[in-house]
Amino acid sequence: MAGRPEGGALAKASQIMVALFLRDIRLNIRAGGGALTGIIFFLAVIATIPFGVGPDLKLLARIGPAILWIGALLSCLLGLDRLFQADREDGSLDLLVLGNDRHMLALTVLVKCLAHWAGSVLPLVIAAPLLGLFMNMEPLAIGATALTLLVGTPAITFIGAAGAAVAVALPRGGLLISVLVLPLTIPVLIFGVSASYGATADPDPFLQPFLILAALTLFLAVVGPVAAALALRHGTD
Amino acid sequence: MRLIAENLGGERGGEPVFSGVDFALAQGQALIVTGRNGSGKSTLLRVVAGLLPAAQGRLLIEGGGEDFPTVAAACHYLGHLNAMKTALSVTENLRFWRDFSGPGLSSVDEALDTVGLGGIGHLPFGYLSTGQRRRAAIAKLLVSQRPLWLLDEPTSGLDKASEARFSALMTRYCEGGGMILAATHLPLGIAGAKELAMRVGH
Repeated sequence: MAGRPEGGALAKASQIMVALFLRDIRLNIRAGGGALTGIIFFLAVIATIPFGVGPDLKLLARIGPAILWIGALLSCLLGLDRLFQADREDGSLDLLVLGNDRHMLALTVLVKCLAHWAGSVLPLVIAAPLLGLFMNMEPLAIGATALTLLVGTPAITFIGAAGAAVAVALPRGGLLISVLVLPLTIPVLIFGVSASYGATADPDPFLQPFLILAALTLFLAVVGPVAAALALRHGTD
Repeated sequence: MRLIAENLGGERGGEPVFSGVDFALAQGQALIVTGRNGSGKSTLLRVVAGLLPAAQGRLLIEGGGEDFPTVAAACHYLGHLNAMKTALSVTENLRFWRDFSGPGLSSVDEALDTVGLGGIGHLPFGYLSTGQRRRAAIAKLLVSQRPLWLLDEPTSGLDKASEARFSALMTRYCEGGGMILAATHLPLGIAGAKELAMRVGH
């Protein structure tokens, strides 16, 4: 029998989690759609703004970071409903929950969140600089916004996981998740946008809001999966 | 190792489905749960697995040691759904569950041969027929080692030949010291299996 795990429990756990991560990434790529739908929605939101605001280039450049952030936030929320629902529909979720005694369910959820982020949200972050050009943003502002998105969007996924776990049993949970999660993402949005502005507007600080944003992500990386695991544990029927 | 249920009761959405179920299952034994639709067979299995809280009574596993402290850790749960991803190949599915649940006695290829699916492991799970999907899900039981199998209508969708092969597989598993708790309305053909009849309002 090849590949029998040996050594510490930590090595074993990390091997299991890598297997879960690769499976979810593979599903994200093959089952198709997730990443692309998000990007197209992001593009649609950003491309509409100049038509609504009008051809005032200065105004567009000024609201650019905020619009990019709001667009990315909404696109993130779009794919969240499938985070656990797909596993529930084919019965995998039961087995993931039963694995709780071997490896904490919260860890399983964390890995699923990371895979979801890498598969569906990271493409948005990569697309953001391109969309920044639509908003007539300066290179520095574009770079700062992309950086804050890179650091801040995992937080949205972690909060979203808790929402997705609560709504997993509902047949049309997508909208409910967005409504549940949106208020909780406001702090992330505030600090993300203010750090983006801090990079270009001179008296405003960049580092402080950026560090708070990073702290929010780290904090939610713990709280979100634990809350989601609790909801999943008690949501099986 | 023993699985013991004392005065066990289960409910769905606040409605009691069954109550007062007692059984003890030792290594090498199989217990077949029978009963009409709605008599609580599936609910019993989900309560035993720990996916639903027990409404009354208690359930414990004796002598599980460090590896299998709880029923959830000691069991393979095969429910109505196959817990396989249609977009991944059969081998990828099985390899994931082996990695996730720990290694077993058979490798992925051996397990597929055992259930008669040798040579089609490269196909996406979604291409398989209902019976083949069920057999692939049964192969999942083989790729990682657990002392207890909880089977919910395991033979649904299987043809006669596959049923016979699965019966032999379960008998062999019991002879090797495994425990089986299976809910079914069809005879499973496990030699020496006991029966637990569930009645509506038991």
